[in-house]
Amino acid sequence: MTTQVPGDALVSLNAVNKHYGQLHVLKDINLNVRKGEVVVVIGPSGSGKSTLCRAINRLETIDDGVIKIDGKELPAEGKELAKLRADVGMVFQSFNLFAHKTILENVTLGPIKVKGVAKAEADKDAMALLERVGVGHQAPKLPAQLSGGQQQRVAIARALAMKPKVMLFDEPTSALDPEMINEVLDVMIQLAKEGMTMIVVTHEMGFARKAADRVVFMADGQIVEDATPEEFFTNPKSSRAKDFLSKLLTH
Amino acid sequence: MDVIIESLPQYWDGFLRTLFLAVVSGIIALIFGTLLAAARVSPIAALRGFSMAYVEIVRNTPLTIAFFFAAVVLPRLGVTFQQFEVAAIIALSAYTSAFIAEAVRSGVNSVPIGQAEAARSIGMKFSQVLSLIILPQALRTVIPPLINILIALVKNSSVAGAFYVLELFGYGKQLANEHGDAVMSVLIGVAFFYLLITVPLGYLATVVERKVAIAR
Repeated sequence: MTTQVPGDALVSLNAVNKHYGQLHVLKDINLNVRKGEVVVVIGPSGSGKSTLCRAINRLETIDDGVIKIDGKELPAEGKELAKLRADVGMVFQSFNLFAHKTILENVTLGPIKVKGVAKAEADKDAMALLERVGVGHQAPKLPAQLSGGQQQRVAIARALAMKPKVMLFDEPTSALDPEMINEVLDVMIQLAKEGMTMIVVTHEMGFARKAADRVVFMADGQIVEDATPEEFFTNPKSSRAKDFLSKLLTH
Repeated sequence: MDVIIESLPQYWDGFLRTLFLAVVSGIIALIFGTLLAAARVSPIAALRGFSMAYVEIVRNTPLTIAFFFAAVVLPRLGVTFQQFEVAAIIALSAYTSAFIAEAVRSGVNSVPIGQAEAARSIGMKFSQVLSLIILPQALRTVIPPLINILIALVKNSSVAGAFYVLELFGYGKQLANEHGDAVMSVLIGVAFFYLLITVPLGYLATVVERKVAIAR
C-alpha cells in the first residue's frame, strides 16, 4: 500500500467500520485522497465500495472510525452536516434528478436555496455548466424527457453547481445503456483533467486506466490493494485481485 | 316534488352553509394534515410520537365524538363560540386532518429515497428536503385519495346538522318535520344538493391528477 501524509489529505478515512446487522460491510478502512487526485474504487459487487462512497458524505452512517473532509470531521447531523455536504458533490447510479423540476431548476436549486445565490446569477452559472456537459439545449425540459446519459450529465452539472471540493461518483454508468456510457465518461475524464478531486466507484476499467491516479481494489469490505492503474492492471499482487481481473478479461 | 321547489330558499341557504363548512374545514385540514405528515417523518422523536398518537386516536374514534368535544366539552373548558359553525369547523378539520396526514404520509413513502438523498447531498436541510423536494412530489401522487377524503368531509359535515348548525342536513330534518307527507321528496332534494358538491369534486380529481402528474 502507498503511504501518505494524513495532513495532506482532502478526504481521509481512518479505521472506519460499518455493520449491517451481522454483515461487516466496511472492515477497518484507511484511505487518504489528496487534493486533485482521482481515485477509482473497483471490486466485485457486495465488496462495500458503494457503502464506502456513500459514507464519505454520511448518506451511510459508520459504526466507528473517523472520516474527515478537508481536515474537518464529519458532523453527526443537522446544519453542520448539511454545510459539509454542500462541499461534497455526489453523483448516483440512478441519477436522482428532481423529477418535478426542470433541468435548469435541478442545477440552480442548490446554489439558490443552500448558498443564497441570486436567481439570475445561478441561472447563468447553471447554463454554463449545462453547456459544458453538452445538454444546454435541454434546460427547460423535465428529467424524464432526457435519455439516461443526458440525465447523468445533468446530475454531474447539478453537483458541480455547488462548487464542491471533491466529487463522489457511485457507479455513475451502471444504469446506462452501453452507447451512453462514453458521453458520461468523457465528461468525467474532462473533469479529472481540470484537476477535480474525484472518488469514483465504477466497473469501467477503461476509465480507471485513462483517468485514475490510483486504483483501490475492495473485496469483502476490505481494501485489498491500493496502487497506480499501471501497477494494478499489469501486476496485481493479491489473489483476490488476480481472480477479479481474470474474470473481467475472459469476455 | 313541489316541496323542493317551495323550499328552494332553505335548500340554497343550507347548500351554501355546507359548502362553507366543507371549504373552510377542508383548507384547515389540508394544512394541518400535511404538517402532521411532516411531523411523522421528522428526525425529532417527540414530533413523530405526537403525530402518530393524534392520527391513531382521531382516526379511530367516531366523528360524533369530535363534535361533542368541540361543541360541548370545549365551552365547559372556557372556550366559547358565538356560533356553532365554529365548533363544527373545529371538529371537522380536526377529524379530517388525521386522514389527510395518513394519505400524505403514504405519498411521502412513494417518493423514491434517491430524491431525498440527492437533495441532502447538495447540502439541503431536512426542512428544505421535505418542502422543496419530497412534499411537492408526494402531494401530486396522493390527489385521488385526498379528493376521496374531501368528498367524505362534505358528507361528514351533515353531522353538524345535529349540533344546531342549519346546513343542508339540518334544513333537511326541519323540512321533513314540516312536510311529513313528503319526506321522500325532501331527502331527494337534500341528496341532490350534496351531489352538486361531491360529483364535481370527483371530476376535479381527474383533471388535477392529469395536470400535475410527474413522469419518471
